[in-house]
Amino acid sequence: MSGAGAEGSVARSWRWLREHTVNIVAALVVIYMLIPIAVIFFFSFNDPAGRYNFTWVGFTFQHWGNAFGIPELNSALLTSLKLALLATLISTAIGTLMALALVRHRFFGRRAANFLIVIPMATPEVVMGSALLSFFLIINTFSLGFQTLLIAHIMFCISFVVVVVRSRLIGFDRNLEEAAQDLGANPLQTFRLVTLPLIMPGIFGAAMLAFALSIDDFVISNFNSGTTVTFPLYIYGAAQRGIPVEVNVIAIILFGVTVAAMGFATWQQQRAEKMASVRPEQEATSAPARPARVPA
Amino acid sequence: MTTIRRRVIPYFLLGPGTIWLVVFFVVPLFYMARLSLESGVVGNLEFNWDWSNFGDSLSLYDTQFVRSFIYAGLATLIALLISYPLAYTIAFKAGRWRNALLFAVIAPFFTTYLIRTLAWETILSDQSPVVKALQFVGLVPENGHVLATGAAVIAGLTYNFLPFMVLPIYASLERIDERLIEAAKDLYASASAAFWKVTLPLSAPGIVAGTLLTFIPASGDYVNAQFLGSAGNQMIGNVIQSLYLKQSDYPAAAALSFVLMALIMVIVVIYIRFAGSEALMGEEAK
Repeated sequence: MSGAGAEGSVARSWRWLREHTVNIVAALVVIYMLIPIAVIFFFSFNDPAGRYNFTWVGFTFQHWGNAFGIPELNSALLTSLKLALLATLISTAIGTLMALALVRHRFFGRRAANFLIVIPMATPEVVMGSALLSFFLIINTFSLGFQTLLIAHIMFCISFVVVVVRSRLIGFDRNLEEAAQDLGANPLQTFRLVTLPLIMPGIFGAAMLAFALSIDDFVISNFNSGTTVTFPLYIYGAAQRGIPVEVNVIAIILFGVTVAAMGFATWQQQRAEKMASVRPEQEATSAPARPARVPA
Repeated sequence: MTTIRRRVIPYFLLGPGTIWLVVFFVVPLFYMARLSLESGVVGNLEFNWDWSNFGDSLSLYDTQFVRSFIYAGLATLIALLISYPLAYTIAFKAGRWRNALLFAVIAPFFTTYLIRTLAWETILSDQSPVVKALQFVGLVPENGHVLATGAAVIAGLTYNFLPFMVLPIYASLERIDERLIEAAKDLYASASAAFWKVTLPLSAPGIVAGTLLTFIPASGDYVNAQFLGSAGNQMIGNVIQSLYLKQSDYPAAAALSFVLMALIMVIVVIYIRFAGSEALMGEEAK
């Protein structure tokens, strides 16, 4: 009797497993994705015995207190922030204009322009970085450093900005612009007062992506930095002689800031969607009014 | 007058970006090609169609080339196998957990690439509980290592490029009209037949895009091989980086970089032919 019951429960748990396989795999993958972040977090409280922060020794807040106490790390971080801000501003402006041209206009060379935008995203970073270095070495007019880094970062950000802004523009209801023009707005006013606010979340998302790509870039920067040191390049240099725990602390701070910015962007997006959906909702409320009028 | 203005506007909008991409992306590729055909010593390089750079560097580093494509191919395959169930869960079963799961997928992007890879160095080091557990189960021999092996490099590549696989597959699954799957079941397809004949083919564009987005960066990567591998696990990216930045052998480095780009293009074109271009361009066609 008890044997049959056990068999039943085995069959039941087997069925449960089969039904939930996909979810179990998904849960495992999520854990796998988050483990390294957890490791970075826990090791930011480590008190390593030597220079290498690889094994757990003891708990300390010391490195959180000293997060900005390493001058070279600070200057690398500052360089990265400056670089990312400039690269974001310029690539977002240039890329938004390109997206507008590609979505709003039919013109000769459109396919070629699309190809030009896709191809950098399909090129390995090591090829882009080494090609750019070859170029800088031969023409010899730019000295390797902040300016070559800025040129490179703008270059690889543009494509991503175009893709993000374009996807926002494709879902755009152009009747809103026509309405503005019917109400007497000139093209520039229409763009400033109607188009721009509605695609702003897309532009903002693109800018965030550009910023994240720039501040995290290692490979292309590795080739074109000269003696300038960015945050990832500092880590790379420090890896050989032992990375200070403060790097983990800053990584976690950056993680927190990015998550907050993401949350803000999502909130903005939802607000914009509400703004854009005002019209269909009005349609829906006015629709039932019509059949009511028919019998009358 | 206005029609002329309308015709000129797109070129003005495209102008700055196009110039930037042509000058700092397309032109540098030609300069790299030129550098690969120069000979002499640094500071005194001369352009003289020196094709021997290609032959010499390829015969010297052919193992690294082959290894790069094997590692990248395996990482892509493993990433596909673990991404599909995850993307499927997020698209069809997650419900209110959907955003949380999507967040978990892109969370690694919020920490620096190098630090993520260094975290794996900690996780896979000999003292780590993960490696102890693998030894206990017998997957790793006692006193065996994980760090500084090809397996560690492939694991790192898989991890670092996994979001590039999950997101396109999720996007294509999410777009599927669930009524199609219901219709298949109404017509007496079993759950697995409905999956193999309806869901999977409809998600093909995501699979093609995901595999390309994973394979291309993985085959050129040198960070994972440097931190997680040993001298015997170096990929072609490591060779290119070291020839450019440490040994200043620019012609050989440029030749290798050029061949890497060409090989990837060939692989991509064959792959797209094989997978069908509609699979990749499905989104564009709509």
